[in-house]
Amino acid sequence: MKALFNTTRRGAIAMTFGAAASFMLAGAASAEVSFEGKTIEWIIPFSAGGGSDTWARFNAPLLGKYLPGQPTVVVVNEPGGGSTKGTNLFAARAKPDGLTILGTSGSTQFPYLLGDPRVRYEYADWKIVMASPTGGVVYTSPSTGVTSPEEIGKLADQKLIYASQGATSLDLVPLLGFKLMGLDVQHVFGFKGRGDGRLAFERGETNIDYQTSSAYIKNVQPLVEAGTAVPLFSWGVLDENGNLTRDPTFPDLPHFGEAYEMITGKAPEGPEYDAYFAFFTAGFPAQKMVFLPAGTPQEIVDAYQAAVEAMKADPEYQANKEAVLGTYEQVTGQAAQALFEKGTQITPELRKQVVDMLAADYGVQLGSD
Amino acid sequence: MMDTLLAALAALLTLQHLAYMLLGVSLGLVIGIIPGLGGIAGLSLLVPFLYGMDPISALGMLIGLVAVIPTSDTFSSVLMGIPGSSASQATVLDGFPMAKQGQAARALSAAFISSLFGGVVGAVILTGFVLIARPLILLFGSAELFMLALFGLSMVAVLAGRSLPKGLAACAVGLLIGSIGGAPATGEFRMIFGTEYLYDGIPLVIIGLGLFAVPEISDLLRKNSSIAEGNTLGSGWGMGFRDWWKNIFLSIRCSGFGCMIGAIPGLGGSVVDWIAYGHAVQTAKDTSQFGKGDPRGVVAPESANNAMQGGALLPTMLFGIPGSGSMAVFLGGMVLIGIEPGPSMVGPDLNVTYSIIWSLALANIMGAGICLALARPISKLTAIPFQLLAPCMIALICFAAFQATRDLADLVALLVIGLVGILMKRFGWPRPALLIGYVLAPQAETFFYQALQFNGWEFLVRPGVLIIAALTLASIYFGLKNRVDDTGPTGEVVQTSRASRNIQIAFALAMMVFFGLALWDASQHTMLGAVFPMGVGIVGVVFGAILLVHLWMGHEDHPAFFDYEIVGDHVGKEGNSWFWTGPAWIAGLVAATALLGFYIAMILFFIAFLQLRAKASWFTTIVMTACAAGFILGLAYMLSLNFPSGWLQSAYDLPWPIR
Repeated sequence: MKALFNTTRRGAIAMTFGAAASFMLAGAASAEVSFEGKTIEWIIPFSAGGGSDTWARFNAPLLGKYLPGQPTVVVVNEPGGGSTKGTNLFAARAKPDGLTILGTSGSTQFPYLLGDPRVRYEYADWKIVMASPTGGVVYTSPSTGVTSPEEIGKLADQKLIYASQGATSLDLVPLLGFKLMGLDVQHVFGFKGRGDGRLAFERGETNIDYQTSSAYIKNVQPLVEAGTAVPLFSWGVLDENGNLTRDPTFPDLPHFGEAYEMITGKAPEGPEYDAYFAFFTAGFPAQKMVFLPAGTPQEIVDAYQAAVEAMKADPEYQANKEAVLGTYEQVTGQAAQALFEKGTQITPELRKQVVDMLAADYGVQLGSD
Repeated sequence: MMDTLLAALAALLTLQHLAYMLLGVSLGLVIGIIPGLGGIAGLSLLVPFLYGMDPISALGMLIGLVAVIPTSDTFSSVLMGIPGSSASQATVLDGFPMAKQGQAARALSAAFISSLFGGVVGAVILTGFVLIARPLILLFGSAELFMLALFGLSMVAVLAGRSLPKGLAACAVGLLIGSIGGAPATGEFRMIFGTEYLYDGIPLVIIGLGLFAVPEISDLLRKNSSIAEGNTLGSGWGMGFRDWWKNIFLSIRCSGFGCMIGAIPGLGGSVVDWIAYGHAVQTAKDTSQFGKGDPRGVVAPESANNAMQGGALLPTMLFGIPGSGSMAVFLGGMVLIGIEPGPSMVGPDLNVTYSIIWSLALANIMGAGICLALARPISKLTAIPFQLLAPCMIALICFAAFQATRDLADLVALLVIGLVGILMKRFGWPRPALLIGYVLAPQAETFFYQALQFNGWEFLVRPGVLIIAALTLASIYFGLKNRVDDTGPTGEVVQTSRASRNIQIAFALAMMVFFGLALWDASQHTMLGAVFPMGVGIVGVVFGAILLVHLWMGHEDHPAFFDYEIVGDHVGKEGNSWFWTGPAWIAGLVAATALLGFYIAMILFFIAFLQLRAKASWFTTIVMTACAAGFILGLAYMLSLNFPSGWLQSAYDLPWPIR
């Protein structure tokens, strides 16, 4: 299949109708890379609305403002196949000219890590522009008798119920995490999103749940204050060396590793922890990433990374970032590269271990070729 | 409390806010008129402009758009029989027959006045309800939601048509189609037959267009006349207004239903129009005109679907849970302007909530007002010779269909479902029954599984479950009593339908094969993934078998017999062309798309159709083709979308619209 994304939509219109795109004044265009008068397509393999789309629509105009030549960045939704369809399309068609970029999410990383037969993309081929981390907090119902994070040990011999979006969705992280901790959790599947799951918790149908940071602050904090929810731990964030540390948004809450130690008395290690850690990284610290296609020249990658760094100082970015991104900084350069590698690599043994467990315990089949 | 109300009202009535709202309303009207482009497309268009706007104006614009889409989508439902969006599928049932009788203006004005009223009633209910909504919404657990899905399914009783086994078998087909794709309990993929497209199931827009729009187009294509069939356009909006006034209590009840169903997260708004329609039939004394152009069949769903939008705002704002695709984009827009949903929307941010609710009422008034003014001129469309309208309609429904996943497979799916729809229409299989089954299948299965997981079988004795169960039984009772038949005239005609008994049996057997396929597929899956399609498949086989017995042994005027080719009102008239004319043209467009990509295929299709079928002059052909090509191009440009590509695009590197 030959490549397609060479002429942009707006470019074609400009040609057709003779619009004077080339006469437009542009900011200080760099000598080597300039997207002046061009349109950049930002492929989002999800439908409009929802987290990834909102994230891209927040970033797109700002990115365009700081890229050399001030191109227009348009978000193109290509949903389907749990985000594998649009990503496959990008892998097959995008040219290394910087005019097509891809935004992925944990839901794009997970099928890749699990070896889903629908995946026809290879992360290692691509160049990372930016990584956008996220975090979350696990909380429980006071009906379990737990009144503070320190009492997490009380959960060890209780029957817990969790509202899950599916065993291969982002909820694979809590599934692996709870299992690692030795908690007896019944996962009830088929929920449409974490908000849906929180509703089940509020209805009293489940007694353990997690929310991403901003949703936790907005929707669960009031429950904690009212005494109907008790926070347990945050998933944690990675420091520059890739070690798990406390989430700066929730400095008083233990991170997953500490909580693990409270229950089991020892620090987490071993292949099961490694498997958890791979999916955790793909699902939280490296949840959303922006990529340029294989073979993109280094100047273009540098221009993009510089644009991201510049846009972070924009007053509009500063004003709105908290609502969209939560309290986490989007990163580029070495930090992004480290997250990218950790969040998209898994050894075949660990993959097999997780896939076999999902098949044995939850009857998950990853489709057939 | 009073202060908050007044402050919200004052902020709302500033000129700037009203101007932005009018902008949103206007865009919503345009988007809504084009079938298939619902709120998702409209909101995506608006989102880039939200930056730097003050939140109240930005919200006004977003709400203006969301509010009027269920109003303006009525145009295509009534005038062309194409459901403008999932919210107005039921409107087609009586609205389109009215248009065919030359009463388009009457149907439209009844619809718009009902929309306006429904939207305002919804806002009034919300004003009080929003304060107590949180605990009430939390009362609906998985068990109650499952029962509500059953309540929705009970509407099949009223829409099953003349032959009950036929209706129930159609519903089973819908339930099975709805279960294609990932199983809620295990995620395993059912009935995908190795095709990647089916992993996500068949999209609702394709089912709606295939079942309702394709058969109508194909029917009209054969008759060589205009939609209004030479009837005069009839008196204008005065009559529509009187139709609504006579049924104002029905309108109030349906608005209430709409608002409540929208407010319950998880059920989704796609059935609300059918529930309202079913309710209208159940409570009517004389049901003989339903399905043939009864204004009540327009008033009920249109009152409900606008009120539903208001209700759907509640879970979106209070819990951050969008009830529909357009609500998801609305939520994204709210986040972009810095408003985060949550309990604070009924606390410190109550003024925002109220400005949202009343913007909704205002937008409904604006939108319905503009639509009423446009009803008469636009209804003249139905007087246009159909050969000229047909290529536009075919291009439009294809354009709408590939909005689903922007893939050639969307068009193929449309063609297949369209063929099923054409045959169902011909043999009197009730299409609404299939649609309701399709829409409710995921809900019924997911909530049943979840209720069992959470509560065990004790869920059956929860008070909420018992109450809804009683409502469901009442609905089935009244439904069976007042069953509607949208298949045309009754009486002696039934007898003659027996003449094509063999082909009717063949179609029923084809449905049985589908049940068999579903059962075979279910047998390949784990217990949790298989139990739902297995159960539905068995039910389908049972009713299919009963139907076959009826068709095999039935006496001359048995209600199971129906063939539109024998009893339809076109029979005996001159100028009917080949039965497969419509699908053949659509198939041609799909095949050309596979070869050349959609944009080139569409242009060639226009030229070929206007020359060969409509026998138009070259001048007309070129002007119409150019207009259509420009229109579609402009739409695609604004929506940033790539057309489905074909073989040509994979072989050669072409510039945008044709790549």
